[in-house]
Amino acid sequence: MRAMKKKVWVRSIVGMAAATALMGSAWAQEALKIGLLSNLEGPFAVPGQDGYRGAEMALKEKNGVAGGKKIEFIKLSSDATPDKAVAMTRKAVEQDKVQVMIGPLSGDEGIAVKNYAKTQPGITFVNGSSGAQATTLADPATNFYRFNSEGAQWMVGLGEHALSKGYKKMFLISEDYGFPYSQVQGFMASYCAKGGKIVDKAWVPLGTKDYASVIAKIPKDIDALFVVLGGSDAVNFLTQYEQTGGSKPMVGGSITVDQTVLNFKGKRRESLLGTASAGPMADSIDTPEWKKFVADYKAQFKDGFPSPSLFAYLYYINTKATLNALDAVKGDLSNGQKAFRDALQKTDFKGPAGDIRIDANRNGVGTTYITEVTKAADGSFYNKVVKAVPNISQTLGLPEAEFKKMGLGSRDVPDCRK
Amino acid sequence: MSAARWRRAMSASVGVSMPARSADVPRLVPLPVLATPKTFWFERIGARVKPRHLVVLAAALLYPFVASPFFAYQIGAQALALGLIALSLTFLGGYGGMVSLAQMTIAGFAGYLVAIFGTSSVAGVSLGWPWWLAAAFALLGATVLATAIGWLSVRTEGIYTIMITLAVGVAFFYLAQQNYTVFNGFGGFSKVAAPELFGIDFKQPVPFYFVALTAALAGYFLVKHLVRAPFGIALQGIRDNPRRMASLGYHVTAHRVAAYAVAGFLAAVGGLLMVWYNGRISPGTVNLAQMIAILIIAVLGGMRHPIGAFIGAVVYVLLQNFAIDLFVRERFNLVIGGVFLSIVLFSPDGLLGLWAKLRSSLSQTRISQPKRRRP
Repeated sequence: MRAMKKKVWVRSIVGMAAATALMGSAWAQEALKIGLLSNLEGPFAVPGQDGYRGAEMALKEKNGVAGGKKIEFIKLSSDATPDKAVAMTRKAVEQDKVQVMIGPLSGDEGIAVKNYAKTQPGITFVNGSSGAQATTLADPATNFYRFNSEGAQWMVGLGEHALSKGYKKMFLISEDYGFPYSQVQGFMASYCAKGGKIVDKAWVPLGTKDYASVIAKIPKDIDALFVVLGGSDAVNFLTQYEQTGGSKPMVGGSITVDQTVLNFKGKRRESLLGTASAGPMADSIDTPEWKKFVADYKAQFKDGFPSPSLFAYLYYINTKATLNALDAVKGDLSNGQKAFRDALQKTDFKGPAGDIRIDANRNGVGTTYITEVTKAADGSFYNKVVKAVPNISQTLGLPEAEFKKMGLGSRDVPDCRK
Repeated sequence: MSAARWRRAMSASVGVSMPARSADVPRLVPLPVLATPKTFWFERIGARVKPRHLVVLAAALLYPFVASPFFAYQIGAQALALGLIALSLTFLGGYGGMVSLAQMTIAGFAGYLVAIFGTSSVAGVSLGWPWWLAAAFALLGATVLATAIGWLSVRTEGIYTIMITLAVGVAFFYLAQQNYTVFNGFGGFSKVAAPELFGIDFKQPVPFYFVALTAALAGYFLVKHLVRAPFGIALQGIRDNPRRMASLGYHVTAHRVAAYAVAGFLAAVGGLLMVWYNGRISPGTVNLAQMIAILIIAVLGGMRHPIGAFIGAVVYVLLQNFAIDLFVRERFNLVIGGVFLSIVLFSPDGLLGLWAKLRSSLSQTRISQPKRRRP
């Protein structure tokens, strides 16, 4: 009798479990699964989390529904290595059966995911925040879309700006990997063409702590330094440069003069005033769209940054473009997602920091903001927008043939020593 | 010669019992001596093969036909490749008593060599040799590196071995990251593909799974064979009491360096599979986290038997892929850490230890035999 009872119990539990599983899958058919890959581990764990926030903001604006279907994000995490990014993308596509994939975060991950995209022609891949030039310029995948502009585009216009400030000879200090190569090219393409000289380049490994040997190499007769370092590397360099009595003005890359550097407390802090940099967004953009974006971000994420980071912004525009396209085709992903991809290609909306459109290689054509460090009324430092340069193509405003002749940015390209 | 004498001495007392257990408390009942003077090789193998071996083999062979391509490739093949690298550590640590953190470095070096000698996206560095030549030189080069690392670290013991191999591994990571002429720095090499042979594309999930399975089985049986061979027996003797072995006339250092070379070869094969699996190699493949991952896999599975490395690898790969589905997604590393901690906490011998415990408790309840007294 007892055994009987036990059996009945076991059976009903199994039955209930099966019923829940069935219901679960039935519900899943109603929802549309979108893979969302960012970083929760490794060097970009904190910015990576802000990437998820950006994507969630875009989804919340649509109340979680796009193309008549409930959207379910399958969140995945990489650790900024291409291996992990591809492994997680493969899991989302082949195991979780997502039909649209958003991500990844960093440049080399982006190139690896683009290569994987070629093996999955039935799935559409949208970039997260990765910004390597080669992703869409060298051997692009027809199903990989990037609505943001990349590292080189973010620096267009800064070269002319540096020349207008009278910086004719500069010395470059930069981290030694793909993203800074792009940034340096974006700057140098116009700077060199208009007569500026980069007298020498110092490439330092990511995470360098000791800059003594680099500082010793800085020539006396230069007008300014061109510093493309990020986060703690930038702070370490500035501190050590100050300690050795350096006093040259600076021009920075897109992630050089961020809040960590502006909060830097050394004697040289005052000399940061006037440091020019450029990027696809700036904290102080004075448009209603940007102000609404910042206000929404602050309202939605109490645990977020004081203001949305670059990563939140890039994930936001890429996700928003995806959801808009789903709306446009009413969630129709049939026929190899053809209609959906056509809609993606036709994307044209006003983002928080300028228009969002893509070119024939499916790469963003966007606006770059040139900023300068300025003192606010309360004594704090911020990046003031001095100029917005719209419609920057991936060939940096050059004709395609001329750009191809220059080649993609690398340690030695471009070069204008003399 | 001296090793043969040692074996005779060993086989007189314990026969062909599992050498891996020689560190255990000696058994009260010695296992029966199986070796009779004249038997055929298949008889000898047949005597050792048990139903569970056949079940595991059949499962491994049928697996890719049952599982989806994702499971065959990303779970199955990756676990076999990682397991092979962990197996090299199990051999070194479990049978040689030397825990090396540099096994992933050796595997990564083999991967780099394949990219450098063979074809990759970096045409300026890669020499473009045919795949078999590149692979052969990669295995050779990595084995030489392993021997050198062994030669450097065998004079140390315990934690100092870990430190010195850690130093070698981290140094290699920075070398690979900062050298552009040979290792192509931060970006590394991509488009390093498994070859196409006899019309079969070995990049595809199922063929690649069988390549990995063949290599893993070969590595597994190599270790199984070695630990019963004179060399392996001597190595275990050295692990347990190097002084006594030295006084018996064994060259302790030479045996240890040889163990590093063998383990290095196994790791190199694993590294070859890894680079084909990922299709690329960069410094991120040989960083500190990956070096420690190999130790985690070996400890998780259990270092008392070569199969532990593969069990550990399967659990590790499954967790890496599916932990994010189990819990609050932002906190999935908590699951991975929790599982690792609880396995090591409840069973210091890893999953194999858990299995052994389970089996002994089951058999005891079934026949309710009296508790064994320690001699």
